[in-house]
Amino acid sequence: MSDKRDITLTVNNRSYSIRVEPRRTLVDAIREDCGQTGTHIGCEHGVCGACTVLVDGAPVRACLMFAVQAANKEIRTVEGLGSVDNLNPLQRAFMEHHALQCGFCTPGFLMLVTGVLEREPDIGDDELIDVLASNLCRCTGYQNIIKAVRAVAHDMRQARSNASA
Amino acid sequence: MSGKLIGRSVTRLEDPPLLTGAGRFAADVSFPHQLHMRIVRSSYAHARLLAINTKQARALPGVYAVWTAGDVAHVPPIDFRLTRVDGLEHYRQHVLATDRLRYVGEPVAAVFADDPYVAEDAADLVEVDAEELTPLLRADQEPGEFAPARRTEPAIVHKEYGDVDAAFRAAHTVITLDLAIGRHSGVPLETRGAIARHDRARDVLELHGAAKVPHWNRDQIARMLGRAPASVQLYEGHVGGGFGIRGELYPEDLLVCVAALAFGRPVKWIEDRREHLIAANHSRQQTHHVHAAVDAAGRILAIDNAFFHDQGAYVRTHAATVPDLAAAMLPGPYRVPAYRAVGHIRLTNKTPCGTYRAPGRFESTFVRERVLDAIAAQLKIDPIEVRRRNLIGASEMPFRRPLDTLGTEIVLDSGDYARLLDRTLKAIQWDGVRQQLEARRRAGEFVGAGIALFVEKSGLGPFDQVHVTVDTSGAVEVVTGAASVGQGVETVIAQICGEVLGVNYTKIRVVHGQTDRIAHGLGAFASRVTVMTGEATRIAASKVRAKAIETAAELLQAPADALDIVDGRVVRAGVAVGPSIALGDIARALAPTANPRPREPGLSAEGWFHANHMTYPYGVHVAVVAIDRDTGAVGVERYLVAYDIGRAVNPMLVEGQIVGGFVQGLGGALFEEFLYDERGEPICVTFADYLMPSAREAPRTEVLITEDAPSPLNALGVKGAGEGGANAVGAALAAAIDDAIGRPGAVTQLPITPRRLRELLRES
Ligand code: FES
Ligand code: FES
Repeated sequence: MSDKRDITLTVNNRSYSIRVEPRRTLVDAIREDCGQTGTHIGCEHGVCGACTVLVDGAPVRACLMFAVQAANKEIRTVEGLGSVDNLNPLQRAFMEHHALQCGFCTPGFLMLVTGVLEREPDIGDDELIDVLASNLCRCTGYQNIIKAVRAVAHDMRQARSNASA
Repeated sequence: MSGKLIGRSVTRLEDPPLLTGAGRFAADVSFPHQLHMRIVRSSYAHARLLAINTKQARALPGVYAVWTAGDVAHVPPIDFRLTRVDGLEHYRQHVLATDRLRYVGEPVAAVFADDPYVAEDAADLVEVDAEELTPLLRADQEPGEFAPARRTEPAIVHKEYGDVDAAFRAAHTVITLDLAIGRHSGVPLETRGAIARHDRARDVLELHGAAKVPHWNRDQIARMLGRAPASVQLYEGHVGGGFGIRGELYPEDLLVCVAALAFGRPVKWIEDRREHLIAANHSRQQTHHVHAAVDAAGRILAIDNAFFHDQGAYVRTHAATVPDLAAAMLPGPYRVPAYRAVGHIRLTNKTPCGTYRAPGRFESTFVRERVLDAIAAQLKIDPIEVRRRNLIGASEMPFRRPLDTLGTEIVLDSGDYARLLDRTLKAIQWDGVRQQLEARRRAGEFVGAGIALFVEKSGLGPFDQVHVTVDTSGAVEVVTGAASVGQGVETVIAQICGEVLGVNYTKIRVVHGQTDRIAHGLGAFASRVTVMTGEATRIAASKVRAKAIETAAELLQAPADALDIVDGRVVRAGVAVGPSIALGDIARALAPTANPRPREPGLSAEGWFHANHMTYPYGVHVAVVAIDRDTGAVGVERYLVAYDIGRAVNPMLVEGQIVGGFVQGLGGALFEEFLYDERGEPICVTFADYLMPSAREAPRTEVLITEDAPSPLNALGVKGAGEGGANAVGAALAAAIDDAIGRPGAVTQLPITPRRLRELLRES
């Protein structure tokens, strides 16, 4: 339909040279052109947060951004967290607190929380709920997601205060 | 970890891939050279279809084909899976609309293109010419015309026992209520998806993205397309939430199959969210006009209920399931000596309906518990006491209710309802809660508490089949015809198999939803999997265990009854050291080529479990709410769900089911509603107008899982846990809100949105 553009997306430290229409969403490019299908699409409308990725460290709804806008930025997705044999602390907390059922919303929540805790490690419990309220989960009723995230935030604070002590 | 596994909150086998982005959901399945399908949908609620112009769409570069009804004329309408009732068959949906358009969202044409963006562009170019007709939007109005000589009331569900009229003549008091439940649905976070591929080398039609009932859908697709079932295979990947709506056979599933056969290319369809909200099954919408005859002590003598079930534009796979369940389950945990339910199935020009978690029970529990509250208010008896006086006693179990549903007689298998009520009141400290609320009300706050009781059903048969195989590495594979919709089936089945077989559950692979791996399967619905598949697994694993021990006894020269299996090795029971043999080595000794040749090769067995009756878990919900007088918002301060499920295989997962179900129930009780304007145009077509609870709206939930009444119908005593969290939310919140505003019986309609609540507050 329209002219395609050559761009480079950097996803989890790997470069992908791809050719996209200007209207192609970032989430479609990540999934279809870069083959990283861990980032999901729940609404394409900016509401559910299933497509949340980190762009230059900030949580972004990848369905609301065009791929061309993310060219030459650092994109991080769920595939860049821990692996099946070596889950990172946040992933492990989700497993231990049963914070996922179908798992469709999970990558979005993991990236949202990763971005927020990196930037605001001292975020309070109540603010954390406001953050989590920006993504939707239809299975868990949220209680276990909140527990898992609080546990990780707590451990991180603990680790830092031990390090500085 | 082997040994005791049943009853332990182990972490899930499902989690690692899902946590690392390795899941395979429908949209993640792709094949080389695939085409993308986009559906052109009716923008009319009711219209006569005059012409469809596809010329411009076909001319767009990248478009492969555009189909309308004529291209799929050989495909019959989609048939019923459950609760077939005579007369409904004329109201089934064709895969593409023929001469009438009956709801906004109805598939009218299908566009196939190389690229999904192009398919969408082309779909916008398809012109639909139609003559608008007046839509019928309410199920409780005079029926209209569905088609010439066909009314919009295809059938009536009628259930009755006892002498209802005599009971009303003898009544001390008659309660009359008009109640309504709003239209909402499961709305899983993953939209639907279907990818069909015709493997011409083997002449097998594959459908990926299947869920819930793959075997039934396989057989239906085969029948509809005139193929042998063995030449159609369905594959379930990860499923992003089911809740009743996903996995039923829909027009789009057939379209991708027919197209893949016709074009010789794989065809992929992924629904977008707007489509999902207008095209996937809606649920729940009913209005009830209920009468109850009671004696002076508040004991129910009879219930007489007439209700209108808004089925939407067509009768889909569930046929009469939802109204049938509503009618059959309405009496709940109470005696109700005489009963009549007349359920009018009515078609309207709205999205067709099917089941949603606790189908028919979310609705009828709201109705029944409103009746109990009304009895309490009218006779000035405490609401708890009224319920106690009507509860079926533990000594009356099993209790035969002269009704049937889903092809089974209702026999409440076990239960001590009064005991659970006591345990619930104790857990929440009911008297203390009441006193605190009283004090706060005196200080001017609008706070209140409500309670609701219910009986659920689970473990629908009639059968399940499971294969258990141990390979030469000692790994165990369980193959089942059940399905997973994200509820943790693999873990639960692995726990049961692992405990019986003496194997670490993490060594067990559970294969489900693959029609080419097992001949029969009923899938995942009606909270059936833990009960039916669990028991079939126990039976199969017991056989494998016996075979392993028998073989090991020969190899170890030891009596079989002195042997046990621990962590995947056959050992002498209770002896720390000594000869042992790994299950993998036993599998090797049983290989068909082994010497000596085994009597029956393979360390494997099949388990079948049959059940004619369902199991009936039961529960209590308690809500404490505070109402904001200005906004009409309901703050849920406390919520407790007590649920007796006989035996919990994995309490952590049961609790997860309960909390998740509760928050869905909360959505249906307070926020979620598919609204239409007067032309039948749907108003809630995005997540910005269809409001599901977020972490902000979801209160902390207290869960009390009890095991007072194991089911006598299976060896483990389990009952299903999937639906009790949702069942009574509308009922309990209605009671709590009545209490908070000091007006018994004020709430007659769900959802109780802020606007409706402000109206109630103005009236008082
Ligand atoms: S898919 Fe991006 S917010 Fe829902
Ligand atoms: S786990 Fe299913 S949507 Fe969150």
